[in-house]
Amino acid sequence: MDLFLQRLFDALTNGSTYALIAVAMVLIFKATTLINFAQGEQAMLGAFIVLQLWKWGIPMWGAVVIGMIFSGILAACLERTFIRKFDPADHLPLVIITLGLFLVINAVAAIVWRFDPLSFPQLFPSGKAVTIGDARLSWYSIFAFGSCLLVLFILQTLLTKTKIGLAFRAVSSNLESSRLCGIKIGKTLQFGWALAAAAGTLGASIYAANPVLQIEPTIMLRALIFSITAAALGGLDSLWGALIGGLTIGFVQSVVVQYIPFIPNEMTLAAAVVVLLIVLTFRPSGFLGTKTVERV
Amino acid sequence: MKNTLLDVDELKATYGQMEVLHGIKFHVQRNEIVVILGANGAGKTTTLRAISGMVETTGRITFNGDSITELGPDYIVGKGIAHVPQGRGTFPELTVEENLKVGAFIRSDNDIKADMETCYETYPVLYERRLQSAGSLSGGEQQMLAVSRALMSKPELLLLDEPSLGLAPQIVEGLFARFKTMNQDLGTTMLIVEQNAQIALAMADRGYVLESGEIAVEGEANLLVNDDAIRKAYLGG
Repeated sequence: MDLFLQRLFDALTNGSTYALIAVAMVLIFKATTLINFAQGEQAMLGAFIVLQLWKWGIPMWGAVVIGMIFSGILAACLERTFIRKFDPADHLPLVIITLGLFLVINAVAAIVWRFDPLSFPQLFPSGKAVTIGDARLSWYSIFAFGSCLLVLFILQTLLTKTKIGLAFRAVSSNLESSRLCGIKIGKTLQFGWALAAAAGTLGASIYAANPVLQIEPTIMLRALIFSITAAALGGLDSLWGALIGGLTIGFVQSVVVQYIPFIPNEMTLAAAVVVLLIVLTFRPSGFLGTKTVERV
Repeated sequence: MKNTLLDVDELKATYGQMEVLHGIKFHVQRNEIVVILGANGAGKTTTLRAISGMVETTGRITFNGDSITELGPDYIVGKGIAHVPQGRGTFPELTVEENLKVGAFIRSDNDIKADMETCYETYPVLYERRLQSAGSLSGGEQQMLAVSRALMSKPELLLLDEPSLGLAPQIVEGLFARFKTMNQDLGTTMLIVEQNAQIALAMADRGYVLESGEIAVEGEANLLVNDDAIRKAYLGG
């Protein structure tokens, strides 16, 4: 029982990170039905910037905020330079571009920071908050999950209560009518890219701040695939679905692998994909995704 | 010609390699209702899309004395042209109220709330459903919402693309009666593309018939209704 509880706590920790990256992907998918494969690497670069700022003496949370703003601006520039000139309806070139960005950003980080793992500053109080039997829930897990909820609430508010948020949702819903209403599509999507990158940078920073991890240019590779799976589980266009998806993947990763002995640790990823397959078989639009109804 | 609101001359539009409009010429006077009739593929929708800046065009489109040929849709709506595209053009995932807010996107004055109230007075059913998603409305209600959404930008000219499409006859009648009162009360000028020639000509001041990208016939609506060729082609004999 204690072991099970411990695994649930672990699920919360990993799940929160996956959820934050998944949320970033959902933001871009909502508006453009495009999966941004560079999302994880943008987040990794953002986390390295945070680390660098911290090393230069900027207080930790200040560094995180500046890092988020920086990666938001960078993402806005990437959108303007590489994405906007292509037809948004033609996905293949755009997917290739995001894969290209993935490789370039990864290479840049490797050139600047090398492949040696570096330790990342503690973002949250260390130690355990709650102990139930032998199961320990760390402050880190609580804060990681809390940050995730906070980001979702902020995004939710931004999208429903502000004019640019309304424009973003209008563009997601009907591109042509948005143009006819005078919404500048490019600027609105750029806003989405910036928002997504900022959320991703927070996610990667929290991930790297995990006491058992260190930061290196490949840190987000596995997390990216888990996050894509999480986003797909949630329905790809639902922010809260991304959270549920993230936690589910975290759960699969820690619990299923623990209790099904013939699945070796290396097969975690496959287990996550099998879960995705099962869920999508019964709920084709994921946990909370919009069902597409075609009226003819 | 100072009463001319929209003046289109030598308008050509192409989709990829294919030229759809071959240099058409027409105009819309202030406070008029003008209808463009024509068969499928004649270029009716393209004509409206050319005016609102959604397709590449050559020629001359003058609105209120200013050339708008080179402008994109986001600027043209600001000049006072609102376009209700074919198939409603609402935002299905947004609520009715949010749809109206998006309609007022280009505005920053303080009358938006009041204009929203006016929409609700015109169509009380939209008020009842203001918190529902637009996608949950019936076809007729969505068309009401689409028109209201367009009016929220306070247009001088309203472009309507086949508003009757897919709606039951009695709903179409109500809708067109509303267009007529809107035109009389608010003075909104309308350019309507329709296949339902009967009901459109009954309400319009003037009409044009578009055939394969060229204006074939033009004239007063009441004359067009009685024109033998038009009766045969568009009014079922």
